[in-house]
Amino acid sequence: MKRIVAFALVVIVMFAVMGFTTPGLLDRTKLGLDLKGGFEILYEAEPLTEGGTVTQESLRQTAKSLEKRVNQNGVGEPEVTPEGRNRIRVKIAGVADEAKLRDLIKRPANLEFRSAQGCSSPTDYCKVELTGADFVEGAARVEFDSFSNPLVSIKVKEKQKLADVSNRLLNQRLAIMLDGELLTDPVVRVPLTDGTAVIEGQETIEEARNLAEVINLGALPLKLTEKYTQSVGATLGQKSLEETVLAGAIASLLILVFMIVFYRLPGFVAGICLSVYVWLLLAVFWLMGATLTLPGIAAFILGIGIAVDANIITDERIKDELRNGKSLTSALRSASKLSFRTILDAHITTLIAGIVLYYMGQGSVKGFAVVLIWSILINFVTNVFLPRFLLHLLVQSGKFNKLAYFGVKESEVRAL
Amino acid sequence: MRSEYGDDKFNFVKASKPLLTISIVITLLGIIFLAVRGLNYGIDFRSGTSVDISISKSIDKETVEQFLASHDFGEHTLTVSQSRLSIRFKEALTEEQGNQLRTDFVSQLDEQASFEINVVDADIAREQQRNALIGMLVACVGIIIYMSFRFEWRFGLAAVIALAHNAFIVISIFSIFQLQVNLPFILAVLTIIGYSVNDTVVIFDRIRENLRFAKLKTKADLVKLVNRSIWQTLSRSINTVITVLLASGCLFVFGSESIRLFSLAMIIGLFFGAYSSIFIASPLWLLMRGNKLSSKKVKAISGA
Repeated sequence: MKRIVAFALVVIVMFAVMGFTTPGLLDRTKLGLDLKGGFEILYEAEPLTEGGTVTQESLRQTAKSLEKRVNQNGVGEPEVTPEGRNRIRVKIAGVADEAKLRDLIKRPANLEFRSAQGCSSPTDYCKVELTGADFVEGAARVEFDSFSNPLVSIKVKEKQKLADVSNRLLNQRLAIMLDGELLTDPVVRVPLTDGTAVIEGQETIEEARNLAEVINLGALPLKLTEKYTQSVGATLGQKSLEETVLAGAIASLLILVFMIVFYRLPGFVAGICLSVYVWLLLAVFWLMGATLTLPGIAAFILGIGIAVDANIITDERIKDELRNGKSLTSALRSASKLSFRTILDAHITTLIAGIVLYYMGQGSVKGFAVVLIWSILINFVTNVFLPRFLLHLLVQSGKFNKLAYFGVKESEVRAL
Repeated sequence: MRSEYGDDKFNFVKASKPLLTISIVITLLGIIFLAVRGLNYGIDFRSGTSVDISISKSIDKETVEQFLASHDFGEHTLTVSQSRLSIRFKEALTEEQGNQLRTDFVSQLDEQASFEINVVDADIAREQQRNALIGMLVACVGIIIYMSFRFEWRFGLAAVIALAHNAFIVISIFSIFQLQVNLPFILAVLTIIGYSVNDTVVIFDRIRENLRFAKLKTKADLVKLVNRSIWQTLSRSINTVITVLLASGCLFVFGSESIRLFSLAMIIGLFFGAYSSIFIASPLWLLMRGNKLSSKKVKAISGA
């Protein structure tokens, strides 16, 4: 009796924890762009100038700057990752205005120095004096003036050009504009002859640093071309999610019924363990901050298949041992022992395939592999050890001695 | 000894011979089809653009063709179903073209349309194809090494031949029916490899276990042992396949369009996985092991 109570307690506590946490977990599971709409772009970076090279550093910098641009636009978590030697993958889920965002990502930071010479009003800066191409690439830096105020310094390629412009504009305003927006329009007090110009008016070091980075992105010798794009409408993504979850639910239900009809008590225990498996996998997802994608769900559902297999292997062994005339307790013990090795070998071979996929694959293949690997690991806990523990409790309670509970007929049992 | 198994019941080893012929025929057919027609590569492996549109009302093919003809998007193929349009463009559409397609479709044909647009460049397509192939080979080698380590090399080799057979049959069927091959298909083939090894391992594990207590004198003893092992694991093999088939069947019927072909590949692969574990892997092992037995009398060896 004590063991039945223990069993009931364990099961009730597990289900209470699961019931209590599942809604929150579901809420917090990050969905990929194929499930809630969004887009993914794989860029290939090339040097702008011929003979230039794409370095890891410049690639990382570019990725960082891209991420910043997306973030500035206020969309939820973008994933920007450098990939391989010269690629950058951008994934953004749940975007309302895709075209605008894509444009923003692609747009080079266009730095211009303009003046109001010959323009309609003194603040209408219509004459372009210097463009981004006149500045040294990647040379924008944060410096400080004598009052420790941060400023951004940039270098021109030809000193003479800047000197000419500043001479001509002496005591007039020179507007510094980034992507058509006015950053600052200081009055030129002295001719700039050393080839360096400064942008003042940054309130904080952080702000100055951001500005320098944005300017440098425009000046980075990397040209981005789209090599692969996937864009999914929100409605379509939502539909995929609903359909796939429905398919998973129906499959789980069918498997559950099958297990109980075929294996009775162990089948029922398997059902409990499968629920724990699904819950734990969700929890691991949340802990890792991983994103669930359509291939991920496919792996999830196949993971259920593997989990059921672990149970079937054990339960079949129990049947076998019972048919051989062993007592329940010893049948359970030897079945656990004998089936463990089988399950171990079977799982590890699948794990090998999963790990290879993880390291060789990209994009959706990787998403699939991650879920597959975790499925197998979690399986060991929830579908190898947990069912054993639960079955031991039940069997030792002495309430379930009838062979029918294990799907074995008395007539099948051989005398030892 | 569980002598009642395998003596008077169905003889799997014997039955495997005609079935092996069938497998060889399918394989040859597959080779011919692959050589002649190849695979119907989707855009993941061939550059271009695929556009999937989920529509809120039915639109007939004519209208869509007219719509496409009024734009300059290049060569395309179009399939229309009740709530979904699939368009494949041979060329990679530019961002502007993609946006234009979207806005014009929404304004002219269906205001509630939702799009999935994939554009793949030729280099990436080639690269993905190569990576997928290398991935499969590496996985196979890994599995052979592991099996040789845990069992013996004959088990490893037999298992890998069986899984190569499965993978190839799925590829052949996709070639024969010209079903579209995309990245998810590769996922399916890799999962099938994992599963069919899983299947084979369970039977081999039982053979290994039975070998420990067996006194083998003749080849017939070995045949009996293999048959017995298959019988002992048969209900597990069948039940597992049924449950996994239930899962992929549900994905196929109720799941989303984008993983439908993945599910189909899984269903075919799972079926042949179960079949090949019993009728190909085990007899192959027997063939390799049996030759050793007939040359000299060996005592039972256990693998691990």
